[in-house]
Amino acid sequence: MSTVPDMTDGARTPAAASPAGSQLGELRLRGVSRAYGSYTALHPLDLTIRGGEFVALLGPSGCGKTTALNCLAGLLPLTAGEIVLDGRRVDTVPPEKRGFGMVFQNYALFPHLTVRGNVAFGLKMRGVGRAETTRRVDEVLRLVRLTEQAHKHPGQLSGGQQQRVAIARAIVMEPPLVLMDEPLSNLDAALRLEMRSEIRRIHQEFGLTTVYVTHDQEEALSLADRLVVLEAGRVSQIGTPAELYEHPADPHVAAFMGYRNLLALDVVSVRGSRAVVQRRGLRLTGTLVGGGPVAEGREATVAIRPEDVRVAGPGEQPIAEAVAQIVEYHGRALHVEAVTGDGDRIHLRADGGIRPGDALAVTVDADRALLFPSPGTGPGPDPAGAPGAAEVSR
Amino acid sequence: MSGLPVGTAPAVAGPPAKAALRHRLAERGMDRTLLLVLPAALAVIALFCYPFLYGLQLSFQPAKGGVFGAYRQFFAEPFSRKSVWATFSLAIPASLINVGVSVPISYRMRRDFRGKRLLLALLVVPITLGTVLTAEGILEFYGPAGWFNRTLHLLGLADSPVQLTMNYTGVLLSLVISGFPFAYLLTHSYLSGIHPSLEKAAATLGAGWWQRFRYVTFPLLLPGLMTTFCLSFVMAFAVFPSAMMVGDPNGSTHVISIEAYQAALERFDYAQGSADAMIMTALMLVVLAAVTGLRSRLYRGSTGGKG
Repeated sequence: MSTVPDMTDGARTPAAASPAGSQLGELRLRGVSRAYGSYTALHPLDLTIRGGEFVALLGPSGCGKTTALNCLAGLLPLTAGEIVLDGRRVDTVPPEKRGFGMVFQNYALFPHLTVRGNVAFGLKMRGVGRAETTRRVDEVLRLVRLTEQAHKHPGQLSGGQQQRVAIARAIVMEPPLVLMDEPLSNLDAALRLEMRSEIRRIHQEFGLTTVYVTHDQEEALSLADRLVVLEAGRVSQIGTPAELYEHPADPHVAAFMGYRNLLALDVVSVRGSRAVVQRRGLRLTGTLVGGGPVAEGREATVAIRPEDVRVAGPGEQPIAEAVAQIVEYHGRALHVEAVTGDGDRIHLRADGGIRPGDALAVTVDADRALLFPSPGTGPGPDPAGAPGAAEVSR
Repeated sequence: MSGLPVGTAPAVAGPPAKAALRHRLAERGMDRTLLLVLPAALAVIALFCYPFLYGLQLSFQPAKGGVFGAYRQFFAEPFSRKSVWATFSLAIPASLINVGVSVPISYRMRRDFRGKRLLLALLVVPITLGTVLTAEGILEFYGPAGWFNRTLHLLGLADSPVQLTMNYTGVLLSLVISGFPFAYLLTHSYLSGIHPSLEKAAATLGAGWWQRFRYVTFPLLLPGLMTTFCLSFVMAFAVFPSAMMVGDPNGSTHVISIEAYQAALERFDYAQGSADAMIMTALMLVVLAAVTGLRSRLYRGSTGGKG
């Protein structure tokens, strides 16, 4: 134990850290991977996190995002790779010496301690003095607005309050890095929105560097400076919310970013960045993205957001004829699921006046339909795979 | 009951409809499933309550010495008085050893490792052996000519056989062997009720393994350990067969149960035997009340990950 460097620094005071300044310069993950026997939960992951950044790991359950977080926290040993914090290697350091703050999905509050006892726990372990502990705990409790609840036990608190205790407990140590594992997934919808802005506020006020795991793309988009989209243990794309939203790298990311219409079609002709694709009753012109090989006769996946599909006006060339099947009321707009004569499902937004059973001629602008070359060559291996991927987004 | 505001008051102007009798009974926890308790309740009354009360009144009717004569006799006679000490000096160490040894073992047994099931089976098997079998085994194994002493002799560790049977050590051994599986199983289930994420959280907060145990796991486990101690103590306090077979029933292991047995079935003084049994019960209850009282002052809420 004595040979490992102690990364913690219990003597820091909140006053010493300027509100926006981060204690962390750069955290570098190099080829971090984790396998359970022959099953690889996380393929080599390379990621550099800068101080003050809010990075979200986004993906469906089982994509390896929590594995990555546990590796960062030191709760899981790495199978390969290294983690370097400002030039010091930390992946060989046990969790208690890493000094990272972690917020667990189930909060993991100590049920036998009061709110104050929970928040002070880490300071006590570090041997911080009593007066200093009281001062820091008070300050953090004020920040998360729990001063009134300080004497209560976790069992007496609401879900949102427990969640704030968990955050307070993690940040009172002034950790260089805060790890959050789906902290909002146990809360109801209204509280989730409220806590989302709370987390962002705390991140900024304390000058934290945060890695946040979630399966909710809305949460990730609204909170994070940078997103890492994972699928089956591999990185699909890393970028800012705008980059991912506007330019998804593959159909999987597109599905996560709200492109609910994912259809496998055959390329008919290519001209510049535009291509015409069709299959069965669908024919449309789309914009080529993804930079793979596209040629006539190959398969491509088209990704379109529901809000970009509209009912064709007079004189417009429809991409398909379909019958509205499910019409959901979403306040200002209707969300319509229509089925073409050949069984393809098309999701679209409409202003009103559509009822189940109505026949619709729908269209989309060419720059709003993204075409991804399908992996492999030749005509489509499995057209059913793309709509399946679309299910992931909701 | 505050849950019965409606219907108990007589009808005034436009009273709300009176709740059905069935609902009012259900409010007090009475419904037809209560009948399921009936057979056990009858058995307890017939087989425990009645004999207990019969014994109690018997203990107040000794042949001589008035109402409390048998009780006075017990404490006046040094031989019988010492049985209190003999019983406590066996039951308390045996329970402490059983609980104390269960903690580290079940702490380690939470995680998977090769051979875990085999080890678990070995730990729990003594439960299936009767006290008499265990006692005979101890006599054979630890006796003066048993394998244990022969091995010691072969290794040159002892010149003369170490006396491990027919004395205090033999009974303590027997109590540990037969009591440990219960203590272990209880501790194990209490421990597995503590969510593993609590220790992980403690680790990320800078607690080393000892601090994690000392400040998180142990406080959450302590009420369970006290319950385990109580059960273990009750079993050890009533020690009888092993105290007779591998102990020194007329000396260091002359426990209260032997005293009561000899009074009732060797001297045929039923009143004295009943009084001895009542004293034993009272002493046991004092210890249980003390431990339970202590326990009620601890945190006893949920031990899950979510407070």
